[in-house]
Amino acid sequence: MKINIFKYAAPATFYPLAGKMIPWFMWAAALLGIAGLYYSFFEAPLADYQQGQSYKIMFIHVPTAWMSMFIYVVMAMWAASGLIWNTRLSAMMAKSLAPTGALFAFLALVTGAVWGKPTWGTWWVWDARLTSELILFFLYIGFIALGAAIEDPRRAAKATGLLALVGIVNVPIIYFSVIWWSTLHQPPSLKLNESTMGVEMLISILLMTLCFWSYTIGVALSRVRTEILQRESKTDWVAALVQEGEKK
Amino acid sequence: MKRRYKKIAFIVGGVAGIGIAAALVLNAFQSNMVFFFSPTQVMANEAPVDRPFRLGGLVKEGSIERQDDGLTVNFIVTDHAVDMPVVFVGILPDLFREGQGVVTQGRLESSNLFRAEEVLAKHDETYMPPEVAEALEKGQQAKAENDSKSTTTTLIAN
Amino acid sequence: MSIAEALDMGRYSVYVWSCYGLTLFCIIVELVWLKQHRKMVWQRVCRMVRMTKRQKDEAQV
Repeated sequence: MKINIFKYAAPATFYPLAGKMIPWFMWAAALLGIAGLYYSFFEAPLADYQQGQSYKIMFIHVPTAWMSMFIYVVMAMWAASGLIWNTRLSAMMAKSLAPTGALFAFLALVTGAVWGKPTWGTWWVWDARLTSELILFFLYIGFIALGAAIEDPRRAAKATGLLALVGIVNVPIIYFSVIWWSTLHQPPSLKLNESTMGVEMLISILLMTLCFWSYTIGVALSRVRTEILQRESKTDWVAALVQEGEKK
Repeated sequence: MKRRYKKIAFIVGGVAGIGIAAALVLNAFQSNMVFFFSPTQVMANEAPVDRPFRLGGLVKEGSIERQDDGLTVNFIVTDHAVDMPVVFVGILPDLFREGQGVVTQGRLESSNLFRAEEVLAKHDETYMPPEVAEALEKGQQAKAENDSKSTTTTLIAN
Repeated sequence: MSIAEALDMGRYSVYVWSCYGLTLFCIIVELVWLKQHRKMVWQRVCRMVRMTKRQKDEAQV
């Protein structure tokens, strides 16, 4: 069993496997996205009783905010496994997730600001939730910049891995900030056992989240493939791959 | 194998250490992490006197008074224990209404008047279509009427 | 529900549509960027493989 796992963790085996998986995740993302948008606009209620139609921003804002936190946790876990087992693939996985995580953090911040203007009356306030989400965005940027600044991939993986692990403390702070402190941002509408939200709204949010999930996996796998190609460019299997590709 | 366990212990210990450090720092800054003070806290002199701070609570039902100049608004922010009169000159956000959460920034002009420079509406975590909200309200009214009826009938019966 | 009704955001149209538009734009940019980067790396690897092959052939001769 153990041998099997490490066999798939070898870049030469993983490269074609990932290549087969990417289209599946991308198609799933496209279908889920269409379903999510359909539900958001045609099935979910036209307006919220307080916010009116501006509440439709929530269907982008909530899933992107979740994704930004979730991707960070997954990224830190890959980084940790890379540090522990010294597997090349783990560090590449962490590196491939960072740009998409940063994108979702950025979208969560911007859509939140655009929602905040009409509802709260301001684009931005320095409350605990907004500030900690901004710190998350900067952690992603720091992770990407640090990785790009160090040329030796092994040293880069170590440094960025440590940064990812230090930053993980921020994720529970983001999540619980609205419960621990008085903030302008409202507490979560979805809890483990109940939700203070209409069912159609909930389905829209879940569909959009699944869409972003699939998209993230597809994009990250694609990035890993490119990274493998780059790092293994001197190996025989890549040479064979190139020749095969050129024959076609 | 042993080196690997050492590494795992190092990573787990490191993250736990940073977590504890963060918790201590956040705890130390607890008072600065507060985005707003409630009227009760202001009454208990917990809010700063010398600099602007934020006052948060609900806009008391029936307390909004618009002045003739069209910009000045008087209203009361309450946390159901203490009422704090607020005066504000400017444009209010869409969600500002009676019974709704609000966060205002400004200073205390006297012990019972808060002059706000900025008013932000605070939203709660409830999302529902207007029809549901209406139905809920009707249901509550009906229930209240029923309750009062039943009390009167019991009174009569007695 | 008619399409016009569902897509009309009242006075919030600028806010709502800018959010959806920005998200779509960002996703497209990421995908295009990914594709171009991959193309660039592939071409570089191809060049390298060809070069090492030529070197090997010359060494054999």
